[in-house]
Amino acid sequence: MPAAAPQYPSTQAAVRTDRRAEHMLGALAVGVLLLIALMLVTVAINAWPSFSANGLSWFGSGGNLVTQFEAMHTNIPLQGHELLYFRAWPLIWGTLLSTVLAVASALVISTLAAIFLTEFAPLSVRRVLEPVIRLLAGVPSVIYGLIGILVIAPWINDHLISNPRKHSVIYVVQLNGADLMTATLILTVMILPIMVAISAGALAAVPSSWREGSAALGVNRWRTIWRVSLRAARPAIAAGVVLATARALGEAIMLAMVSGGSPFAANPLDGLTFLFEPVQPLAATIIKEFGGDTSGAVAHTVYAIAAVLLFSAALLSFAGWAVKQPLKRYGIGV
Amino acid sequence: MALAAPAAQPSGPPLAAPPRETTASWPLADRVGYWLCWATGVGLCLIAGSIVLVMFVKGVSSLRLSLFVQSPAPSLHQSQAGGFLDPIVGTLIVTAIGIAIAAPMGVALATWLSEYRRPAWLARAVESAIEMIAGVPSVVLAIFGLLLFAHGFFGFLSQSASNGTVTGQSFLVAGVIMALLAVPLVAGATGEALAQLPARTREASYALGKTRATTIRRVLLPSILPGIASGVVLGMGRIIGDTAIITILLGATLKNEPVGELPILGTLRGTGSTLTSYVYNNSPAGEGNAPQKAYAAAFVLLMIVLALNALVTRLTGPRARRTDTRPRIWRLLPAGWASWSR
Repeated sequence: MPAAAPQYPSTQAAVRTDRRAEHMLGALAVGVLLLIALMLVTVAINAWPSFSANGLSWFGSGGNLVTQFEAMHTNIPLQGHELLYFRAWPLIWGTLLSTVLAVASALVISTLAAIFLTEFAPLSVRRVLEPVIRLLAGVPSVIYGLIGILVIAPWINDHLISNPRKHSVIYVVQLNGADLMTATLILTVMILPIMVAISAGALAAVPSSWREGSAALGVNRWRTIWRVSLRAARPAIAAGVVLATARALGEAIMLAMVSGGSPFAANPLDGLTFLFEPVQPLAATIIKEFGGDTSGAVAHTVYAIAAVLLFSAALLSFAGWAVKQPLKRYGIGV
Repeated sequence: MALAAPAAQPSGPPLAAPPRETTASWPLADRVGYWLCWATGVGLCLIAGSIVLVMFVKGVSSLRLSLFVQSPAPSLHQSQAGGFLDPIVGTLIVTAIGIAIAAPMGVALATWLSEYRRPAWLARAVESAIEMIAGVPSVVLAIFGLLLFAHGFFGFLSQSASNGTVTGQSFLVAGVIMALLAVPLVAGATGEALAQLPARTREASYALGKTRATTIRRVLLPSILPGIASGVVLGMGRIIGDTAIITILLGATLKNEPVGELPILGTLRGTGSTLTSYVYNNSPAGEGNAPQKAYAAAFVLLMIVLALNALVTRLTGPRARRTDTRPRIWRLLPAGWASWSR
């Protein structure tokens, strides 16, 4: 909190300057609010043609996305459909799959890493691990994508996907290593740092008297962490999950590079092959399909995808606020 | 049964750091958990190590000095495809524009939020707004920028065709939207630094009869310069590393293509590329497909990012840490980092 305002300013002019400064800074703050409003309105208005042409089935499945995009690019409508005909389900499914799988695996890994960092790591190891986490957070997504497509995808293609497996789905889709598994692996690494940072911070902020109480009851250290610290840090871990979900949802470049690049809805009924099938999340689709044209059918479809992402981001932002509320009760801030 | 000899400690450390304990007495499940923790810790180090190693080996082997001074050229052969002079210049321009806007804006927002904060509901709304900007995917920000700046009204920022349509793609436009990416980081770092200043700093200034505006300008901001600087460097890192905004708002063309006759303004209004879009276009996912070039450019990019990382560590380093009142573990990441959600 700022200290009390000065009671006896030196001159009238100084007071006027102060007030002017407050108003100018306040105007900037209002400007930020207006900017958000402008963003929501602009994107929504420009997305409307695609939504109104397709109705709620925009979110459903139907037809082949490749031909749908081709129709829009060439301005020749598909037979019996409008030009803006578009069914986004494969993209939404791809987004859900990559996000949920990555966040779930990152949740397990980041919790273990956070416990390690706050409880078990000797100082020397911690001195290495902290810069490592910062490094992982700082690597640009295009570098992750490059490693994914030039190192990991070829390796998976050569070593994990057997030829019979490729042949089993050859009439539906081609397996080449750029797939759901590669995408999920790299996405997990990308969202780990923020989850580790938030979980470790919350674990360290758990009042030591709580842990001491548990230790005094004869509970060993691991169970104390598991039953007391981790439980108290749960809201912070939830906040980390929300932030990580937002990041995974919005990741475009890396996923455009490694997820296979065909708008195919990977099918869990295919058994293990499922992991090797390509996906194409929403954000990556914007990068792949947008060609610089700002008013055509493709553009309106891309705007609609952006609107869905923006709406999800707003929802997640609200969810992040909501899960942080119990933390205030504990006095463990995020 | 559990803790090994906690009793014989006459005036030892508090129990929060208990005497060294072996896991021998733990049940098997607990010991498995303990070793899993070690495995993840070591695994993270290995992942980071292999990323750096791969980039280093591949990058150094395909890096030539000539790459830095040649412009990219269209060619089917990697050897004739030129270097990445234009992308490096592009990266510099976009970062400069973005930071020139984001730094004052972020500092001003954080100052208002921390020092004035009136009316309170507005302050809360602005805080959520900044948090939301931090949470919006950069590809959506790019689409927003395109919709905004492709209007005829903003034609002077980019190229307009003869029939009146505006491309909405230029260095200026990309820089402005990049600023949005960096504002939450600058504001977050500044806000945390302001919150950590002891109350006596402000009170001493007020006691001398200084107004709030003078206090902010002469006392508060100078004393949190390292905090602001670390926010700015973090913001630069975000701008340099972003690709989505470049591909959509800068065109990601082969060369930087100026518009019109004016030397500097023409470049700013024209399209171009940066290191990130150069890497993307030269990867198998892009049109160029020249992995050697992509590796070389990615290596340069990674070195820049690592240097910025080290700079942040220095800025929030031992000297700055003495004034950092956060629990030690919070310093794992620089102040304001948590507000970054991408």
